[in-house]
Amino acid sequence: MRDVAIVSVAQSQHRRAAAELNEVEMIQPVIRAALDQVGATISDIDFTCSGSSDYLAGQAFSFVMTLDAVGAWPPIVESHVEMDGAWALYEAWLKIQTGAADTAFVYSYSKASPGDLPRVMSRMLDPYYAGPLWPDSVAYAGLQARAMLDAGVTTEQRMAEVAHRNREAARNNPNAQVVGSASVEDLLAAPMFSDPLRVHDCPPISDGGVAVVLAAGDRARDWAERPAWIRGIDHRIDSHQVGARDLTTAPSVAIAAQRAGVDGAFDVAEVHAPFTHQEQLVLDGLGLGDDVVVNPSGGALAANPMMAAGLIRLGEVATRIMDGSVGRGVAHATAGQLLQQNLVCVLEGGD
Amino acid sequence: MTVDPSEDRSVSVLPDDLWTQPTPSVPVDLGDEPVRRQVVPGSMRYDYTPGLASSRFLRGLAEKRILGERCPETGEVYVPPRGVSPVSGLPTTEQVEVGPSATITAFCVVHIGFGVNAPPTPFVSALFLPDGAAVSLYGTMGEIPYDEVRIGMRVEPVWVDDDQLTESMENIRYWRPIDEPDVPAEQLKGHM
Repeated sequence: MRDVAIVSVAQSQHRRAAAELNEVEMIQPVIRAALDQVGATISDIDFTCSGSSDYLAGQAFSFVMTLDAVGAWPPIVESHVEMDGAWALYEAWLKIQTGAADTAFVYSYSKASPGDLPRVMSRMLDPYYAGPLWPDSVAYAGLQARAMLDAGVTTEQRMAEVAHRNREAARNNPNAQVVGSASVEDLLAAPMFSDPLRVHDCPPISDGGVAVVLAAGDRARDWAERPAWIRGIDHRIDSHQVGARDLTTAPSVAIAAQRAGVDGAFDVAEVHAPFTHQEQLVLDGLGLGDDVVVNPSGGALAANPMMAAGLIRLGEVATRIMDGSVGRGVAHATAGQLLQQNLVCVLEGGD
Repeated sequence: MTVDPSEDRSVSVLPDDLWTQPTPSVPVDLGDEPVRRQVVPGSMRYDYTPGLASSRFLRGLAEKRILGERCPETGEVYVPPRGVSPVSGLPTTEQVEVGPSATITAFCVVHIGFGVNAPPTPFVSALFLPDGAAVSLYGTMGEIPYDEVRIGMRVEPVWVDDDQLTESMENIRYWRPIDEPDVPAEQLKGHM
């Protein structure tokens, strides 16, 4: 295995609607910042991979337009995933492992604001049985929360505590969209939104993006004083058919965590759990101890740009390693419905 | 919701044997009559915003002006602008009016029209390089027989009536020839 590290991270200040900007105008400053932080231009980058979704943009081949911000002419070596950028990073990491690249640039973004996100999300379902019924994503999350409450896996109290802790932590995150929280008691006094979910159980709808520079070996040491080395990375997927799954567990998290080498002590964990009840499933799957600081950024409950919120988790851990505030962390990204697909990455400082 | 199967597709009528679905080479025996069709009505509404640069371009069109934007590094002018130079990756902030005269850089004689707004066939669709721009706009040719169109031909846009002007590419009804000598093809290199 080649030693590969995250050496630069930049993200947008996430907000409900970047209404005045098109996607390339929104992501261009983020792309530029990530490259500028290591003094790189696109000619220093061997491979570029992005993550985005045409369903969110409401336009075909929308990622082609955002490539303008990379400076993709004359042509560069480039790829795209219709997934969260964490999977774009995985592709870039693999490319570096093959020896076909020493450096890579990864970015992902979305403008969910032009569409009706909970309905758009239903287009991920199978097109024959569930898709024609147009179940919205919040109602779908409610099924999982109900199953977990009924099984005694979580409580409304614990869900409210997750909302409170994440959004209070977001006070220290300059890129967060939803900052600060009412008391747990007040949260629980609020009416149901999509029973058993209250509004505080749901992520915000966000426009935004993130960009990351990867480099191997000495190149990483040149570009960063403290590279955030990728010590393990793996992703696993559960059934696409929600009815075939036990929604009170996330087996693919546990397998990915095992394969990524999640054991021993961690200073920090950034987990991608858009709905409050999901955080516990991810933490259980990761099998972390109680001493780990979870989501100091506020997680997806503080800002949830689709296709970017997973890669942001890797970026938040890497940023803390690069600034010396933590030594070792684990990051998690999810995709699909109800924690269907999960990626786990172990990041570490040092040589 | 009832759907008339003969009415629910807007695909153009194509000649026989062109892009038609071949019959499966392996017979499918499902016993009973197979389910051949599932009609799933659906729609998603997007309140799409064009962004800063495209908004400037579209507002220009409403005034019968074609506004490109310049790359701060290479000096090339892109039209329609999307806000970022594809060469440097830098924002384009300087607006530059280009055209309205333009040069044909490529064309196609269309014998099968797609869509409800297609002109009567045969017609010519073409790429028009506005004077001062680095890239071409798409449109259709008018006021000339289709077999007289050529690369390098000088043209100008024909706009809709003033009371019909909106922030839309449809403001240009079509392009027509102007009485100027052709531009030699070698001068169009890099723009074709």
